[in-house]
Amino acid sequence: MTHIVEMKGMNKYFGKLHVLKNIDLTVEPGEVVVIIGASGSGKSTLIRCVNGLEEYESGKLVVDGQTLAPKGGNQKALTEIRKEVGMVFQQFNLFPHLTVKRNIMLAPMKVKDNSQVVANATAERLLNRVGIGNQADKYPSQLSGGQQQRVAIARALAMEPRLMLFDEPTSALDPEMIGEVLDVMRELAKEGMTMMVVTHEMGFAREVADRVIYIHEGQIVEQGKPDDVFDNPQNERTQAFLSRVLAH
Amino acid sequence: MEFQFQFDWQAAIDSIPFLLKGIPYTLLISFGGLLIGFVLGIIFGLLSINKKWFLRWPATAYIEIFRGTPILVQVLFIFYGLPDLIGSPINPLTAGIAAIALNSGAYISEVVRGGVQSIDKGQTEAGLSLGLSRTQTFWSIIWPQAFRRMIPPLGNQAIVSIKDTSLFSVIGVGELVRQGQIYIANTFTAFEVYFVVAILYLAITLSLSLILRLVERRGLASV
Repeated sequence: MTHIVEMKGMNKYFGKLHVLKNIDLTVEPGEVVVIIGASGSGKSTLIRCVNGLEEYESGKLVVDGQTLAPKGGNQKALTEIRKEVGMVFQQFNLFPHLTVKRNIMLAPMKVKDNSQVVANATAERLLNRVGIGNQADKYPSQLSGGQQQRVAIARALAMEPRLMLFDEPTSALDPEMIGEVLDVMRELAKEGMTMMVVTHEMGFAREVADRVIYIHEGQIVEQGKPDDVFDNPQNERTQAFLSRVLAH
Repeated sequence: MEFQFQFDWQAAIDSIPFLLKGIPYTLLISFGGLLIGFVLGIIFGLLSINKKWFLRWPATAYIEIFRGTPILVQVLFIFYGLPDLIGSPINPLTAGIAAIALNSGAYISEVVRGGVQSIDKGQTEAGLSLGLSRTQTFWSIIWPQAFRRMIPPLGNQAIVSIKDTSLFSVIGVGELVRQGQIYIANTFTAFEVYFVVAILYLAITLSLSLILRLVERRGLASV
């Protein structure tokens, strides 16, 4: 079976700063991979490479059978990959000039040439699924942070992606709204969606992840089943990181 | 010698019909010029933020040249200078519209650039990540948001350009000021006539401000 994501010896620089060092990582269909690590460790950059929001300098990256060449080469593959890979951002990035429903309908109509009727039905179904079917005609600014992030998830799902990327999806939320977003993600995982999640929510990682990856200074230091990584970390950097985040 | 000035209301009122004949020219030059200027502004504003230097540099040169020289010099150059180059005269109306178009186009380019650059990078990333092309992302996500932010500075530019047309009396376009000058030459009622001219400009610019405020309120209501 082919991997949905395959990274081999991948390197990424921001100027002179070496942000991703020789990354080897594969993700299988249906797998939920949670990436943890300190701020600035390169974990967001890693998943942003998967849909080409960041270019990388050397190595190999194959997503859904399409080879994404270094330095932004192969635009055609990039276009194909983005149709198959959904992304949810820390800051939601909803389109403020469109209603909630129009936010979700935009890509299916523009990219997949869905008719308005079909796109509308998809939007309504997805909004119900994330529990905000009654907010369809509001504008994003009229919604709470948790609701906005659920719209963002619905918007990504409308393209029927084969892989979902989550870049710290709960980091910009008030504490009381984190749960409702994690619930939606948990459901999604249960239904078999392939997911790569960057998060600081260790409880979620332990419960939902098939595999936890710890990144330190641009390198994958440790990976494994959540229970193994959390209860019995092998690398001393992982131990130090976990003792800091799990202490409180 | 005793001198007493009295505002001659009758003279002011009498001048109105003759002055009003200038209004269509003032409006035609302003709005004709601004319409073309808006198109130029979109084109050169977007080129000025293009990644490719050979698109960016000519756009920047255009903007700097037309912002950095007086519009009076520009219109004189077009009306008196350009015919030497192209070998046929240019009528004053065309010269006036061209000057407003080129001049406002340079300023509107900056308005467009500022508006587009003010939109958060996350909006582009969200569009691209959904599979939209760069062009689709720009026109269906970035531009509608940027345009709303551009309305106030565009209104400002429209008011500036309307007033700039008053300079075109020097090339003999029968706009508002030119009509005033002709009228005064016969009646010697400069104070009254220029007073009415000023009021007429104010009437145009205030109506525009009012319309823009309504448009702005409606446009912003949804964001």
